[in-house]
Amino acid sequence: MSELATRATVTGAPAKAGARSLRWLRLLAWLALLAVLLVLPLYLHSEWLKAGQWMMTGAVGAIGLTMLVGQAGQLSLAHAFFLLMGGTTYTVLASGTEDGRVIGFGLNPVFSMFAAIVVTALLGLAFAPVAGRLRGIYLGVASLSLVFIGLYFGQSAVRLTGGTSTGRTPAPFELFGITFDNSSGLVVLGVPFRQAEKMWYLYLLLTVIAFVLARGAVRSRAGRAWRAVRDHEASAAAMGVSVARTKAGAFAVSSGYAGLAGVMTVLWFDILKPDENEFGTYGINVSIAYLAMVIIGGLGSIGGALLGALIVFGLPQVLSLYSTQLGIFTGRGEGAFTPILVGTLVYGAAIILVVLFEPGGLAAIGRRITGSLHRERQKEGTSR
Amino acid sequence: MDTFLQLAVNGLGKGAVYALLALGFVIIFKATEVINFAHGSLVLFGGYLVVVTREALGWLGASLVGIAGAGLLALVIERLLLSRTKLADPNSLALLTIGVDVIVVEELVRRLGVGVPFVGEAWDAKPIQVGGITLFRTHLVAMAVAAVLITAFYLAFKFSSWGIAMRAQAENREAAALMGIRSRQVTATAWLVAGMLAGVAVLFLATQDFSGAGLSRGTHAIALAAFPAAILGGLDSTAGAVVGGLIVGLVEALSAQYISFDFSKSAVFLVMLLVLVIRPSGLFGTREITRV
Repeated sequence: MSELATRATVTGAPAKAGARSLRWLRLLAWLALLAVLLVLPLYLHSEWLKAGQWMMTGAVGAIGLTMLVGQAGQLSLAHAFFLLMGGTTYTVLASGTEDGRVIGFGLNPVFSMFAAIVVTALLGLAFAPVAGRLRGIYLGVASLSLVFIGLYFGQSAVRLTGGTSTGRTPAPFELFGITFDNSSGLVVLGVPFRQAEKMWYLYLLLTVIAFVLARGAVRSRAGRAWRAVRDHEASAAAMGVSVARTKAGAFAVSSGYAGLAGVMTVLWFDILKPDENEFGTYGINVSIAYLAMVIIGGLGSIGGALLGALIVFGLPQVLSLYSTQLGIFTGRGEGAFTPILVGTLVYGAAIILVVLFEPGGLAAIGRRITGSLHRERQKEGTSR
Repeated sequence: MDTFLQLAVNGLGKGAVYALLALGFVIIFKATEVINFAHGSLVLFGGYLVVVTREALGWLGASLVGIAGAGLLALVIERLLLSRTKLADPNSLALLTIGVDVIVVEELVRRLGVGVPFVGEAWDAKPIQVGGITLFRTHLVAMAVAAVLITAFYLAFKFSSWGIAMRAQAENREAAALMGIRSRQVTATAWLVAGMLAGVAVLFLATQDFSGAGLSRGTHAIALAAFPAAILGGLDSTAGAVVGGLIVGLVEALSAQYISFDFSKSAVFLVMLLVLVIRPSGLFGTREITRV
């Protein structure tokens, strides 16, 4: 079902040195990217920051999904359900009651965010007995049922979700006494830090944490267990890996990530509004969009998930921001090529192309490029 | 009691349509081990062709065009995309069909625009009274058509050389190929037949009687109920597809009446979950045995 970073085994001293310097290079590249992302709010317009936040939301969710689908080999179409659950948990815990219309506890937002992650992870764990019995496509379709349950939950649990017609507003995030809303007062290097700027840093922080933790998980004992179960359940069990527990763990971790992405989704929209039908913010289309990110990025690759999110969630945003300037895809209404439609067509085509020509996704392409760099260096090393 | 009887008949009517869709899934799965996530888009494509050609050809002609078109689209998907990826495993091919589905559905929904045309015939929205219960003509026609088609399929599956070839291929691909069965032909016809069944199903799906909604993104969502139908019965069992379809139709009709309309969609999937927990390969599916 998936490819994994099978790094060329390196032998010999010069090659080892090459590998080490490549690792340093890679770290430097990541740090440079981070530095750029850190200064961007000083230069970019708030619309672009908003678009960036949406991509980061997608990235967090996709990292969670790629661990489940790519590393643990469990196909899931339930991601949208966990997004809804995460967003709802945060909103219920952190927000007020809106004059008694809905249930709200007004708790600390940071605590609420953690609680949302824990609750969704537990929900993922609760699904594990089902997931553990099924394999491959059966699991994919079974997980689809969670999206339908979520749809019904959103429609019927009006006291929690605010209902499909009005929804409810989540409490703005708060950290170290800074409220992440539009109240200004903070000015950095002549740039007033309003909601878009502050949220950018919050989302960046969350994405970096999600990324680093996921890389750690994949490289640790847990990640090895996931891959062992994915590749061969029986031999994994023979090696002492508890198959049921490993699968359940992967589901819980992935759901927790989706829960966080759900919190980010709700904060990004500044509203929690459950869907009226299967197509919406937490619908099947969203589950498929997340799956698309994971496939395009390369199943199991954490860095690939970032790229996938950049394409799937970024493209419609960027197109709609550019369309006003360029005068393309500006159409609205009937029969128009809206930015969202174009974005969707592109990722649909990207899925097909990836499966046909590069099952490892963008990650495999990247690996091939760094791999050829590596080989060139090795050649240099031997010729010298 | 009358209400129950009425629900049961209408549920079976819906179930007959789901059975047609589920049968398509199962045929494709048996021939290629691929789950066709693009089945909903075949449904939508057939319906779209009916809408476009109806003015010129009348309902019957348009329906035939729709059925043929849906079958051809399935054939094109198989020939153009899936047959080129012999090395890829069925799971990645299922992902590929998701990509196809996304493209076809988005484009068709764009073309349909805000209009949600019904594709039913004159018998749509004219319920009849039989002994105190109300029956929808569309459901009755659907049941009759499904009964004919499913019987025809069974006979073909059991006795025709195509059916035998397909069963042989489902049993053991290599051995079938060695016996001179053309795997390409079997696979291609399987997709063609499945697509045509989807084209038939949409004639009943996008009607007043069935869903109360015309052809739209919603039709695609309704067609998703064929998933639980196929999985319930067991993905590699044609009889299971029919039983699964009928169960889904009944569950939907009964839960819409006795619990709530919103719940009925979830109810179908909940029943599927329940069955999967008890029998992971569905009611009639072959159990997967892992040898070590």
